[in-house]
Amino acid sequence: MKGSFKEEVMKYRALIGLIIFSIIISLLTDRFMTVSNILNVLRQTSINAIIAGGMTYVILTSGIDLSVGSVFAFTGAIGAYLIASDTNVFLTILIVLFLGLLIGGFNGVVISKGKVQPFIATLATMTLARGATLVFTQGKPISTGASENAEAFAKIGSGYLFSIPIPIYIMVIVFALAYYILKHTRLGRYIYALGGNEEATSLSGINVSKVKILVYMFSGVLAALAGLILTSRLSSAQPTAGSGYELDAIAAVVLGGTSLSGGYGNVLSTIIGALIIGILNNSLNLMNVSSYYQLMIKGLVILIAVLLDRKH
Amino acid sequence: MNQAVFEMKAISKDFPGVKALDHVDFRILRGKVMALLGENGAGKSTLMKILTGVYQKTSGELFYNQEKVEFQGTRASQEKGIAIIHQELNLVPELSVAENIFLGREPINRYGKLEWKKMWENAGVLLDQLGMHFSPKTLVSKLSIGHQQMVEITKALSLNAEIIIMDEPTDALTTKETENLFRIIHQLRNEGKSIVYITHRLEEVAEICDYATILRDGKLIGEYDVKEINQDKIIEFMVGRKLTEQYPRVDCEIGRKVLSVNNLSNKYIKNISFDVFEGEIIGIAGLMGSMRTELAKTIYGFYPKEEGRIFINEEEVKINSPELAIKNGIAYVSEDRKANGLILSLSVKENMSISSLKTFKCFLSKIDKKKEEQVAHQYVDQMSIATPSIHQLVKNLSGGNQQKVSISKCLMTAPKILILDEPTRGVDVGAKKEIYHLINTFKQKGMCIIMISSEIPEIMGMSDRILVMHEGEISGVIHHSEATQHAIMRYAVGLKEENK
Ligand SMILES: Nc1ncnc2c1ncn2[C@@H]1O[C@H](COP(=O)(O)OP(=O)(O)OP(=O)(O)O)[C@@H](O)[C@H]1O
Ligand SMILES: [Mg+2]
Repeated sequence: MKGSFKEEVMKYRALIGLIIFSIIISLLTDRFMTVSNILNVLRQTSINAIIAGGMTYVILTSGIDLSVGSVFAFTGAIGAYLIASDTNVFLTILIVLFLGLLIGGFNGVVISKGKVQPFIATLATMTLARGATLVFTQGKPISTGASENAEAFAKIGSGYLFSIPIPIYIMVIVFALAYYILKHTRLGRYIYALGGNEEATSLSGINVSKVKILVYMFSGVLAALAGLILTSRLSSAQPTAGSGYELDAIAAVVLGGTSLSGGYGNVLSTIIGALIIGILNNSLNLMNVSSYYQLMIKGLVILIAVLLDRKH
Repeated sequence: MNQAVFEMKAISKDFPGVKALDHVDFRILRGKVMALLGENGAGKSTLMKILTGVYQKTSGELFYNQEKVEFQGTRASQEKGIAIIHQELNLVPELSVAENIFLGREPINRYGKLEWKKMWENAGVLLDQLGMHFSPKTLVSKLSIGHQQMVEITKALSLNAEIIIMDEPTDALTTKETENLFRIIHQLRNEGKSIVYITHRLEEVAEICDYATILRDGKLIGEYDVKEINQDKIIEFMVGRKLTEQYPRVDCEIGRKVLSVNNLSNKYIKNISFDVFEGEIIGIAGLMGSMRTELAKTIYGFYPKEEGRIFINEEEVKINSPELAIKNGIAYVSEDRKANGLILSLSVKENMSISSLKTFKCFLSKIDKKKEEQVAHQYVDQMSIATPSIHQLVKNLSGGNQQKVSISKCLMTAPKILILDEPTRGVDVGAKKEIYHLINTFKQKGMCIIMISSEIPEIMGMSDRILVMHEGEISGVIHHSEATQHAIMRYAVGLKEENK
């Protein structure tokens, strides 16, 4: 059973778009297609991609998670504080990830048990977590300090393994896992089902609340993981970190072709969406485009990509 | 004078992997009711969607009043005086009945302001004609599917079309509503309007149709004068072979008591008590709004119970979610496959296995896809589901085949107690028989079956005992040997015991 050529093209349209896009960029600037720059792009993209991985799950269930940027900042700040007060690196990682799970779980419970619309529920959490970050940091950056512990912690975001930055490994592992769950497990099937028709899914004997809570927990823990990476890389946490990251993550998901109304899409194309945004940022920097214009161009690219996708 | 208002010539339609129509000719005669018949997936709906411009044909020609036409969408055909009532409802649930009827054609005054009063009045008159007594201001989402269907019909009639196409309109209607509809159809025919009537209820054909066009597997079998062809012949043409008796009742030994419902009450139902035994089929009859579906969904844990207890095998069970119901061996086939029976964005296989994925688990909680596909194939064969592959999206199947997928899903959970809510709605004669046969097989294996149906012959033909409901209560219980249409109807309208 082989699909027609057109169907194949449709299936890989995000990837094809990415390749064409990269070719255009490398024609425009010769500083793009170098090994070090590509690794650089991948490393920069990893943070958005990891957040977008969780966002894909949420969007597939026809939900949305606006709180990821704030969760990113809050957990990052807690992480920085723990390291600065000489907490063991592993313990810090565990605490931070657990915190992400907890906040995500909170979102999930409010949405499923409290029957609040995801947009509203996560908007509230977004504000709440941002406020908590500002209170916790007193509005000032928290440095992880210069201890041995802090240096070990810094490896997560800025270390290398076989001359490839660690965050790239983390991204690959996260997506491998996310792909596996979605494609091969019951939970994955339920996520698609829930996005397709909630009532039918519930009548099919699936605990819809549980699926929702798990999905928001996944989004929360990945936002925390991304926060950890950035805090580690900068050796400090900024109280305003991650603002607007929820929109970048949503953009990556949508660029990958996942439907905002749920039910259709997959997580591998999200990585491509994130890469498109990452390459765009990188190449505009390489070409010395002012950051004001960068935003406008980014907006336009997203608009055009989504419009092209609408045709189908 | 047999003049064709509309003619379709050598129409073909290809979908990926499916030849839905293969050189089909079809004509609509002025002032006649043209039946369009065929098994599930024969291509009836597709042919009508091509006629009205929902789909574009792969090849062939369309003539309207001898003139060649092409419609690029329903709007274009509507403007030419062709209305269609689709098999799947196309209403906006959040809008009122009146707004739905006049959607896109709302009456406005000189300043562009909506004339609500006029809209309500006009809608009220139309509804009255069909004998409907709900207010035009009611939200569509608050109506039962049967009433929603009536709204669709009202909408089509309000267009004052020359040709009205009805795709299984009586599917969700009660006897009374069906009578009203037939009255309207007669009236339209007398006014010289033409009607295309798609149905699986073949007794309706003789009652209101003039000609019958029969399709099989996307090919035209022929057009016949209804006066010259009987029901058996129609079935033979449809399925390509002879079918024997419709309701193959089997009597089996009644075993232990399996399900016992005691004084169940909530906001829909009052004081419901009944038992079901191994190898028994309990039919639940009643008029629309008698809360049969609500009862089923309460037992199934979808609606909360307020009072009452449920026992399975003499042990009390607390079922407050469908998940627990399935764990306790109860399965429920929904009456409305599109709204809540199926997940249209998933494939045939994925829909079938969704309730029983736990049984396909292997290492690392991976779904055992090989086994899953094997079982899906088995059901596709067993239920004769017409689909190019188990990976086809369910939304691309014909209505009847969707119903079979919906039933397969429940059977896959290997239930002890199977609740079927209108199990043969929209299913063709051949498949109906297959489903009855399957139900009987399960009965013989000792399963308890609760079957809700608005088709009284079906209830009478299949059930061992019949519960009749009226306004959320059981108004009567009839043993199958004493069941008559009359007795069922008496209880259904709430009349108590007849004096003997
Ligand atoms: N959009 C679609 N994509 C792919 N296949 C389709 C599509 N629509 C219909 N089909 C296929 O075309 C065939 C004819 O379907 P159609 O809906 O016309 O059947 P039908 O005669 O109306 O059946 P039923 O009585 O069950 O409603 C079926 O095999 C169906 O699976
Ligand atoms: Mg049909």
